[in-house]
Amino acid sequence: MNRHSILRVVAKLMIPYILLFALYVQFHGDFGPGGGFQAGVIFAAAFILYALIFGIENGRKVLPARINRIVMAGGVLLYCLVGLAGMFLGSEFLDYNVLGPTPVAGQHYGILLVELGVGLTVSSTMIAIFYVFAGQDI
Amino acid sequence: METVIGLFNYWIVIVLMMAGFYIVIAQENMIKKMVGLSIFQVAVFVFYISMSNVFGGTAPIAAEGFTRYSNPLPHVLILTAIVVGVATTALGLALIVRIKEEFGTIEDDQIRDMEEHGEESGA
Amino acid sequence: MNPADILIDIFLLLLMAAVAIAIVRSHLMFAVVMLSGIFSLLAAVLYVHLTAVDVAFTEAAVGAGVSTLLFLATLALTHVNVEEKHKPVRVVPLVIVVATGAMLTWGTLDMPHYGDPEAPANKHVAPRYIQESPKETGLPNMVTSVLASYRGYDTLGEVVVIFTAGVGVLVILGRGRRRWRPGVKDEDGDNLEEERA
Repeated sequence: MNRHSILRVVAKLMIPYILLFALYVQFHGDFGPGGGFQAGVIFAAAFILYALIFGIENGRKVLPARINRIVMAGGVLLYCLVGLAGMFLGSEFLDYNVLGPTPVAGQHYGILLVELGVGLTVSSTMIAIFYVFAGQDI
Repeated sequence: METVIGLFNYWIVIVLMMAGFYIVIAQENMIKKMVGLSIFQVAVFVFYISMSNVFGGTAPIAAEGFTRYSNPLPHVLILTAIVVGVATTALGLALIVRIKEEFGTIEDDQIRDMEEHGEESGA
Repeated sequence: MNPADILIDIFLLLLMAAVAIAIVRSHLMFAVVMLSGIFSLLAAVLYVHLTAVDVAFTEAAVGAGVSTLLFLATLALTHVNVEEKHKPVRVVPLVIVVATGAMLTWGTLDMPHYGDPEAPANKHVAPRYIQESPKETGLPNMVTSVLASYRGYDTLGEVVVIFTAGVGVLVILGRGRRRWRPGVKDEDGDNLEEERA
């Protein structure tokens, strides 16, 4: 894998744009096609590409598996916390109307945060699955 | 003719579904069985999305000058189902890798033979 | 209904059916995996044609990308190239499959036709989502607002399923799994201990 100079150069060129596109899909998903699920997979694809080209050990240096696992649980936790925040502000679980000054603003905050939670969990789950599969030595 | 056009999507969905079903029940290679399951899955997705489509409708993103949209609900269900599907496929593939380690084969009939003859090849 | 739309629809569906049958008949595992990637891409194109842009996006990223990659990784790990024992077509499964298919086809005969705006599936909650969700949530993308807000519980469940599947893969194949198995001596237990995390 070390001598593929064309792959290495092209991957280095592409990865920032893949990450940027994933962020665009994540935060523009409210207005165009996209959202947390798609963005998570695209975000993971950037890391997977890096690990494929530069080796799984270098990939683990960029994003340690330990941090990845924390993010994996953190996404689900963020989703639940948004739901609980609605409860503490005097409404029901996952009711976003009370999160902002007006119901529409509250919905906007709620959807943004929930989609962020989805994106974090999906991307880190995909990366974790890839690390585990690529890290086998049999 | 109208019936054929009106039901054609569903008929192809059935063909795809049965192709996946055949792979799962008749072929022994476990990786191929997983591919068969994902074909079955995609058949169900195509079925839902076909039902959500409305002639003259546009993608369910509100815009000026459009009043008729496709049904957004099946899109939501299938969107999440696709990502859940790949996560569960990964779980199945992980099990296959373990089975290969334990039994030395991923052919279903060979594993069954091994179990019947009681020869357990421990890891 | 536009005849060109119908033609594209029929063409894509036939192509998908052809790829599915090629997968059934192929015994070369690498070809099977590649064909399943093609199958997913065709499905994504079909979803765009059926105006499900969000779904197409997901299918292209997940089905054609990550899923194919995982299948290839499994092939590499299990050293399987060709399905062992080239078997002829088996009769009993074929009969079961054809009979099930025939019954399902019979079941479709009284279904609402494709693209029918009056179909019951499009009459229940969809009109409310289409008319009210842009006003209630302020977001033009109805799929996002239904996904995250109206069906928030559902999506929470899906995210938990994804998380659980990820944890399952880590438990089955992750490093240090050998330490948990009772009754098995781990020769390189120390190394695993150090490598963990």
